Amino acid sequence: MKEFKILAVLVVLVGALYYGIEPYAHSVMHPEVAPANFAFDDLKNVDTSLKGNVENGKVLVEANCIACHAIETAGHLQIMSNVDAAAAYGVNPPDLTHSGRIYDKNFLANFIFNPVTAMKLEHKYPEGGAKAFPMPAYNWMQAQEIMDIVAYLQSIAPKVTEDKAGHEVTYKAACARCHSMQYAKLDATTPGDTLKTYLGVTPPDLSQHIKSRGEHYLHTFINDPQVLLAGTAMPRVGLSEKAQEEVIAYMEEIGDSKKAERESVGLWVMGYSVIFALLAYLWKRKIWKKVH
Amino acid sequence: MAEFKQADSVLEWFDQRLGVVKFAKVMMTEYWIPKNINFLWAMGVLLSVMFAILLVSGIFLLMYYKPDVNMAFDSVNYTIMQEVGYGWLFRHIHAVGASVIFLIIYIHMFTGIYYGSYKKGREMIWISGMILFMLFSAEGFSGYMLPWGQMSYWAAYVITEIFGGIPLIGGDLVVWIRGNFYVADSTLTRFFMLHVLLIPLGIIGAIVLHFYALRFPHVNNVDGEFFDFDKEAEKYMAGKHKESKVVPFWPVFLAKDFFVLGVFLVFFFYLVFFHYGFAMDPINFDKADGLKTPAHIYPEWYFLWSYEVLRGWFFPVGPLSGKDLGLLAFGFANAIFLVMPWLDRSPTVKPANQRPYFGIWFWLMIADLMVLTLFGKLPPTGPNAWVGFGASLTFLILFIALPFVTMAEAKKAKGK
Repeated sequence: MKEFKILAVLVVLVGALYYGIEPYAHSVMHPEVAPANFAFDDLKNVDTSLKGNVENGKVLVEANCIACHAIETAGHLQIMSNVDAAAAYGVNPPDLTHSGRIYDKNFLANFIFNPVTAMKLEHKYPEGGAKAFPMPAYNWMQAQEIMDIVAYLQSIAPKVTEDKAGHEVTYKAACARCHSMQYAKLDATTPGDTLKTYLGVTPPDLSQHIKSRGEHYLHTFINDPQVLLAGTAMPRVGLSEKAQEEVIAYMEEIGDSKKAERESVGLWVMGYSVIFALLAYLWKRKIWKKVH
Repeated sequence: MAEFKQADSVLEWFDQRLGVVKFAKVMMTEYWIPKNINFLWAMGVLLSVMFAILLVSGIFLLMYYKPDVNMAFDSVNYTIMQEVGYGWLFRHIHAVGASVIFLIIYIHMFTGIYYGSYKKGREMIWISGMILFMLFSAEGFSGYMLPWGQMSYWAAYVITEIFGGIPLIGGDLVVWIRGNFYVADSTLTRFFMLHVLLIPLGIIGAIVLHFYALRFPHVNNVDGEFFDFDKEAEKYMAGKHKESKVVPFWPVFLAKDFFVLGVFLVFFFYLVFFHYGFAMDPINFDKADGLKTPAHIYPEWYFLWSYEVLRGWFFPVGPLSGKDLGLLAFGFANAIFLVMPWLDRSPTVKPANQRPYFGIWFWLMIADLMVLTLFGKLPPTGPNAWVGFGASLTFLILFIALPFVTMAEAKKAKGK
């Protein structure tokens, strides 16, 4: 009985210590921020309830977008090399193949209307400032026309599989123009020195971000980087919740590739320890019966 | 040369040449431990097992780790964690083990203080134990640098910088320790050497000394009772197992320890596989960058109390700057436990709950160390800075007061 009392004192002291230096201290150092908002309902420039016309969208895209953007799935291949494109625009313009799938519909429409406000980059590209964002605003278009473009992009976006290969497609479309991921042998498609000139900093390699930032942080951060890191050069990219989950899943598949093995081996080892403890208890009882 | 007769068995062959039968008696079956003990007496065996686990996992890590600023981070986080079969397992065991061993060290150490197991002949047990604590601290600190993450780098930077506060030689000393003007490749390679060779050698030596130091004064018991071990051992060997106050190390004492060890291992492996974040700080999964200071720099949890003693002094007093005062307090805090046997002036060897003044002192000290640890992690701003100062000052006062508290207690006991 006395031993249980001692154990209780130990558990209380160690538990209080653990609570203080882990969950509590971290909540002080990293206060909770507004939760991720996948509706992007701060963006209200385009009436997204309008139903888009795919045929008309195709015409508009061919007239307005493909001068800069490749759309591989529609047969518009990239004309410049990555190096030349980066030199021309500062950062490689994305291939629009997957944009209809990975971006939230409301975000995408408002992005076409005005990229800088949608991405929350006003601090880098103030109105009338010396630097202009490489993509012009299409705020002269009718809401209907913008929704036609969105409908067209959604119609051509290929579906991806629910596995590592599929997650990689989403990751590459969403992140890989700026971020390298060494542990997946992926280099950013925009060359590093060009990126540094364009952004002011070299974006971090994402190999270990699933560990250094963690899923919880990434969930909020990718959704709106300015909330957790005000002034960062990283734009709000506007991923839908599903696409963002695929990106984070890929980061985990690369950065914590042994997770499944760890969790299954863990159960076996703990099970073994329990058996060891039980056998040791029986042996102890047998031995100590003779001396007490 | 002695006459050797033909051995009848393998055991006898070895016994003739190495005296293994006698050795086993001395070390195991006739090494006597008091019977009147509780599970806190199992911590020594737990620590031995943990040290063995750290040694073995460390040997596996050593086969793939690369002590070079350009390769260290990826050799740990890619090669070991992802490429090598079960490399992740050895790293998790090593990192979590290094943290958990300090928890057990602290329990072991405060058990010794609570039951007064450091005086009246047991001084060398205590001192060799404190040497082990210091060696393990150095081992923990040097090992933390090896993954070469952000926290590795900045903790190394901050801790080596502390030596700069030593008068006259401080500046040169920092350069000497780092092998460069800043924390660099030379720092990493020398801490690697310390971590895998010199300090482990010291630890093994100190463990031998610690075990040896137990031989003459013997292990304490829950009541602090002194008795004649030889007489009690004779009783045991005469078959009076129940009457004797002692039990042999093997199998009786270890039977209990194995059970405690089993329960501990369930907890330990839970941490290793499912709850390791406390020992593998997320910030350390960012590669070291000398140009980018992390927002919060803190040491591992087991150093927080002494770090807070250092940090608590944030304002100048007279000619001394806050930094100087902090360094003095830090030096005091790290050395004072070593002279514990002479600070306790009472001859009584009893558990703290049976000692009127010392009992209060003990729990005040534990409370103060908890406050220091908790505030050691929080940002030292606003009221936190003052709590840190108060707790740091309290720590100094408690240890300065200890001789007087225990003298008063001894006087009171005599008066009765």
